[in-house]
Amino acid sequence: MSSSGPSAISLSPAPAGGLLPSQREREARGTSDGAARARKLGVRVVALAYLAVLLIAPVGMIFYRTFEHGLAPVWSAVSAPNAQNAFWLSLEIVAIAVPLNTVFGIGMALLLERGRFRGKAALGMLIDLPFAISPVVVGLALVLVYGKTGWFGDWLAQNGIQVIFSVPGMVLATAVVSLPFVARETIPVLRELGSDAEQAAATLGASGWQTFWRVTLPGIRWGVVYGVVLTTARALGEFGAVSIVSGRIEGQTQTLPLYVQDRFENFDITGAYAAAVVLALLALATLLAMNLLTRRTRGQVAS
Amino acid sequence: MLVLLPVAALLAKSGSGGTSAFWREVSNPEALAAIKLTLVVSLIVVSVNAVFGTLIAWVLVRDEFPGKRIVNALIDLPFALPTIVAGVVLLALYGKSSPVGVDVAFTRASIALALLFVTLPFVVRSVQPVVLELDRSMEEAAASLGAGPLIVLRRIVLPSLTPAIVSGVALSFARAVGEFGSLVLITGNLPFKTEVGSVYVFGQIQNENLPAAAAVSIVLLLAALLVLAALGLVSRWRSRHVL
Repeated sequence: MSSSGPSAISLSPAPAGGLLPSQREREARGTSDGAARARKLGVRVVALAYLAVLLIAPVGMIFYRTFEHGLAPVWSAVSAPNAQNAFWLSLEIVAIAVPLNTVFGIGMALLLERGRFRGKAALGMLIDLPFAISPVVVGLALVLVYGKTGWFGDWLAQNGIQVIFSVPGMVLATAVVSLPFVARETIPVLRELGSDAEQAAATLGASGWQTFWRVTLPGIRWGVVYGVVLTTARALGEFGAVSIVSGRIEGQTQTLPLYVQDRFENFDITGAYAAAVVLALLALATLLAMNLLTRRTRGQVAS
Repeated sequence: MLVLLPVAALLAKSGSGGTSAFWREVSNPEALAAIKLTLVVSLIVVSVNAVFGTLIAWVLVRDEFPGKRIVNALIDLPFALPTIVAGVVLLALYGKSSPVGVDVAFTRASIALALLFVTLPFVVRSVQPVVLELDRSMEEAAASLGAGPLIVLRRIVLPSLTPAIVSGVALSFARAVGEFGSLVLITGNLPFKTEVGSVYVFGQIQNENLPAAAAVSIVLLLAALLVLAALGLVSRWRSRHVL
């Protein structure tokens, strides 16, 4: 490890000179056009074959299997009442968790990038923590806080609030696992933006809110949007944490990913594939959005 | 509030019976087997990722071929695809009704396959920008001084890429140790055979054995955090010493 640093820069003729004779021969072979091209092609074939076997063929397969008997069975599977309920519940959770995380993420990014206070580094690490925690562990931790034997269990029961095994718990679980995205995508944009324009606005008499709405937010908007796209994708697809806090009551606390599992385990392959394809299409739409956004921000930087 | 409180509750639960209770839960044979399996398979998976992720990143930067932009965009698909769908997708091709005759369902190979799928983007995406910045004149200089392609790779290219590879590997490891959704359907969750740590935790929660679930959760969490903390230390050390 430690020797790798210097050896990167040491192009001094001494070590190279020591290796010269055999290297000359290799060079004669190696840099000849044909060998170089063959090598390039070989690397390309290996890399693409790996991707094809691991990623592209399986994803292609599920689309083929879903639609091999035409659209009718897919349509009836997707329009089954439980599938519909699961779809709308997923959207409902996304509609609550994503705006929450967006506001929180922008606030955190501003705090971490513009604020000066003790424990800033610790807070930054804390925000990233959900990336290091297994979703199952997130679910368990929420049960330990809000479940019937949990810390707030008695208080919640007395006030007639049910968190675990109901939608609030599922929103909470989704919010935790998708927490870091907006902050992580916004911080670098804020850093690049600098605070000159904000200071100028303040000097010209703008209030804190005016500065934020007119100067800061327009500057970071694409970073925020990128973060929101990632948050939405993660929130729609979250399985482990939601599975634990949902109780999986059919038609009531079953999100679309939970519905996929339920159908699969009940040997309803058509239903499982159809719901999986809906989620896969949403994922592809996410990819498309990400690509359009990165191209857009690149254009912005270039101009 | 959203993060700290649950983690505190987790720590409190796992420590509620004292350290001896914690050890008893962790050293339960089934728990131990699950933890060991998780760590071993994760190590294998990140090693494969290090090699193929770097290779793919290299091809995506240095090579030109039709459809490259689409391939580049598809790399992120495992991040965008819900994990349960990843499991279903892999089973469609490599499960019981496999059209290519490869059935890995309910075997240990299926764990590796699912983890390779969900962690694919980490190494590729951390190495790619570094390959883009690589100074080609160094490679050309080395070649003109007589270095063959292997020597150039080993002494010029790899040393520059190592920090990015290590960082991608650490992130994949943290993800692999905690992965759940993609493993649920494909591994069959057979205790002592294909049951990984996160699945064990899930099972214990269903059995309302929360102390056992909390203890194993803490072990998984520590494994992921240690690797990420080591990554942070290494990158800080490098930035202070290399330049």
